[in-house]
Amino acid sequence: MHLRSTLVSASVMALVAGGALAEELTIATVNNSDMIIMQELSSKWEEATGNTLNWVVLEENVLRQRVTTDIATNGGSFDIVTIGAYEAPIWGAQGWLVALDDLGDAYNYDDIFEPVLNGLSADGTLYAVPFYAESSFTFYRKDLFDAAGVELPDGQMTYDQFAEIVAKVHDPDNGVFGTCQRGKAGWGENMAFVGPLVNAFGGRWFDMDWKPTIDSDAWHNAVTYYVDLMNEFGPPGATANGHNENRALFADGKCATWVDATSAAGYIFNPDESSVADKTDFFQAPKQVTDKGTGWFWAWALAIPKSSQKADAAKNFLAWSTSEDYVNLVGETKGWVAAPPGTRKSTYENQAYLDAAPFAKTVENSILAANPADATLEPVPYTGVQFVAIPEFQGIGNYVGQQIAAALAGQMTVDEALKNSQQFAEREMAKAGYPK
Amino acid sequence: MATQHSRTAARLMISPAVILLLAWMIVPLALTIYFSFLRYNLLMPGTEAWTGWTNYYYFVTDPSFTDAIWNTLALVGGVLIITVGGGTLFALLLDRPMWGQGIVRILVIAPFFVMPTVSGLVWKNMFMNPVNGIFGHIATSFGFEPFDFFGQAPMASIIWIVSWQWLPFATLILLTALQSLDSEQLEAAEMDGASWLNRFWFIMLPHLARAITVVILIQTIFLLSIFAEILVTTNGGPGTATTNLTYLIYVQSLLQYDVGAGSAGGVIAIILANIVAIFLMRMIGKNLDA
Amino acid sequence: MARAVSNREKTVTTIVAWTLGILMFFPILWIAILSLKTEVDAIRGPIEVLTSGWTTESYGAVQARSDYFKHFTNSVVIALGSTLLGLLIAVPAAWAMAFVPAKRTKNVLMWMLSTKMLPPVGVLIPIYLIFRDTGLLDTRTGLVIVLMLINLPIIIWMLYTYFREIPGEILEAARMDGASLRKEVLYVLTPMAVPGIASTVLLNVILAWNEAFWTLNLTASKAAPLTAFIASYSSPEGLFYAKLSAASVMAIAPILIIGWFSQKQLVRGLTFGAVK
Repeated sequence: MHLRSTLVSASVMALVAGGALAEELTIATVNNSDMIIMQELSSKWEEATGNTLNWVVLEENVLRQRVTTDIATNGGSFDIVTIGAYEAPIWGAQGWLVALDDLGDAYNYDDIFEPVLNGLSADGTLYAVPFYAESSFTFYRKDLFDAAGVELPDGQMTYDQFAEIVAKVHDPDNGVFGTCQRGKAGWGENMAFVGPLVNAFGGRWFDMDWKPTIDSDAWHNAVTYYVDLMNEFGPPGATANGHNENRALFADGKCATWVDATSAAGYIFNPDESSVADKTDFFQAPKQVTDKGTGWFWAWALAIPKSSQKADAAKNFLAWSTSEDYVNLVGETKGWVAAPPGTRKSTYENQAYLDAAPFAKTVENSILAANPADATLEPVPYTGVQFVAIPEFQGIGNYVGQQIAAALAGQMTVDEALKNSQQFAEREMAKAGYPK
Repeated sequence: MATQHSRTAARLMISPAVILLLAWMIVPLALTIYFSFLRYNLLMPGTEAWTGWTNYYYFVTDPSFTDAIWNTLALVGGVLIITVGGGTLFALLLDRPMWGQGIVRILVIAPFFVMPTVSGLVWKNMFMNPVNGIFGHIATSFGFEPFDFFGQAPMASIIWIVSWQWLPFATLILLTALQSLDSEQLEAAEMDGASWLNRFWFIMLPHLARAITVVILIQTIFLLSIFAEILVTTNGGPGTATTNLTYLIYVQSLLQYDVGAGSAGGVIAIILANIVAIFLMRMIGKNLDA
Repeated sequence: MARAVSNREKTVTTIVAWTLGILMFFPILWIAILSLKTEVDAIRGPIEVLTSGWTTESYGAVQARSDYFKHFTNSVVIALGSTLLGLLIAVPAAWAMAFVPAKRTKNVLMWMLSTKMLPPVGVLIPIYLIFRDTGLLDTRTGLVIVLMLINLPIIIWMLYTYFREIPGEILEAARMDGASLRKEVLYVLTPMAVPGIASTVLLNVILAWNEAFWTLNLTASKAAPLTAFIASYSSPEGLFYAKLSAASVMAIAPILIIGWFSQKQLVRGLTFGAVK
């Protein structure tokens, strides 16, 4: 039935027989700046190997839907896909991805941070190689803090302290909002901020019997805090702001504080991209009743679908694009501050990177500290800091994200939003046959 | 005039279209109906099993379902009212003598050519974004708080965007219809002392009735499945404020990958669409036979 | 209108109509302006935007990221291909409906239209599976077929309304002269229907060009048209208004220009038999 696949493999064999190995790979990736740089630099790999790459660059949600549809139906449209720390272990366990334990002797696995490797493996097999990894921390404007006379407390501050500080630096008349946080609905958008916030307030998604606990006090306190903070000190239209929108706002000098991905530091501290590069500093994401799970863990990684007919050439590209050499290439051609962060020890031992990236040490510590296996105050049956590593989570996370966005927009109360969310989560879990 | 020979020929000529459309309708439909009775989640292969009406039960009792029905009706209704009303006014205006009518017509028709994705993105970012959008800039420069369109009035914003795309369509059809109106009849009425309103009500509007029906029919077909504009602007939110039936099915089958539930939703949407179609057919049939 | 109109009245009409026309067109004009600005200028207020310098750097950046001409070619092939294929099937069908009407003709027509109400999102997975098994994923052939099927009802209906306006006597005369059915369609009917066919083609090219669900979901890179080209600019990192504007202008300009040049034919086609 797989007519085209047969044709393709026939032609591949013909090529192999003829001695030529030029392959055409289709690669799906997300439209963020690190990936755009990879697209630019990949011509070097194409020249070196004679292969060519067809790029499919999509927005995160569209990419996820497109790639999942293709992989789950064994469609074979892509040879390399960009996936996250949520998909990698689930899809790997599903048997949809090619194991990546054999990228060649030159590929330095030991150099990759342990938690990152673990996060992309299932049952001890690596299914995706990290392009960059991130935790979350707080960006803030030193100049505004100094002007307002704000002194940072020693150690990790609480969200209550954070709110007090935000109130002091909020200055909308001069176009500066006290805080910018994600408001755009989606499990990878607003829930990436709300998830760790709930962790800090002592909440969890499910109890040990897989019963949803979204109507608990901890959730109520956390979401009320979030909605009040954003309505009082956030920019207008926050329900449309995801990571990228906030990044643009912060870089444009419109936000005094922003708790978000450490990987954005390369952009915020790059004077070519950001007007606040020399005025920004950072501290840990706040805690509240607990300091567990307050910084998230995420990685964008490259993987090869089982349905690809060109796994060898694809592996070659993966080995190149996630290597130390690639990090060096970006550093030398695009400036060290733009080097893909969070994946390799060697990057954090490289003096050129440390000089260009004042945030390097903090990022390294945050990533090493994030522990998806123990991110909540009370025990849980799942892993994941800002997500729950089960296939059902996307649907639940998106729905809860929408409800919280509705509460943020003032279309319903926090109580209603959480009640709807709890009901929805219970329905979905019942539908999926939990507790398993 | 139709002989037996030509009847047979006619049947032969019509059959490719009918067979193709039947196949196009029946193959996916059969698969959709089949899937709708399965527990089938793309993310959990190997767990497919017959579940009877479970998917339908979950889809219909989903709290978003009722919202989606009302949102679909609000979206279709809102856009129809704006485009038919606005289109009539535009047509009356453009029918009057003026300088540069051709250019004005070019300006008015332009939005019809714009891709839905592009118009959604452009309105969302360049116009309705409260910080960087043009409306926000104008509000701020006059000292007002910028209005958060997609947060405070999400459905109205979507209706606005979609109406912008479809207003040219309505205008052009109605304008063409108006231009075909016998001007002597109008002049006679005017000489008899009929007011403009009377002329509009008793002569123009009945003449436009047929064109208006066509506008409603064609637009309803397209508006029932509005998707791209919602996807790129609000993602169906906040909450379920802009989730229409099409978007709800998208959420079920392509965001939660629950093909079973999505298929059940698809079957329900097809049934509802056909109810609307029958309703429209009655209405149009009467008007088009004339 | 034959009635004399005072110049004052005409002036007022002109001013009102031009104002409304420019307002309708303004969003398109505005992205054309923003596409020629730097990213930093593009997010400023309207006055700052208009007084800032001009640059074409965004077009360069967009082209560097995704090859416009590849997507453009795909869009042209898919839009024209699906329309012409649709025409091939629709002309005989519409002819038969118009000149040999049976009792159920109207119902068949309405049923055809109702297939357009099938929500595409609900049937993506079945179609995707079929495409996978027939090797049509990411091929222009696949998209030509799908878009042809989607627009076929509209094509048939438009043609039907045209054909119905052609007086039956002419056909009878041709038939008396012993013209075969094929000749009748080819030499008598088709020439008379050329304007109608032209406007049908136009409308369907526009619909196919702008179709954004199937074209995005059934392609990866080889067959991806301009709708996929736009999809990578929907919410990127950093400032993107100028690049989004440039990409939008590149995506809509071809069809806009064609639409403008052929608006007379198009308008006639759009009436769907509403005007006699």
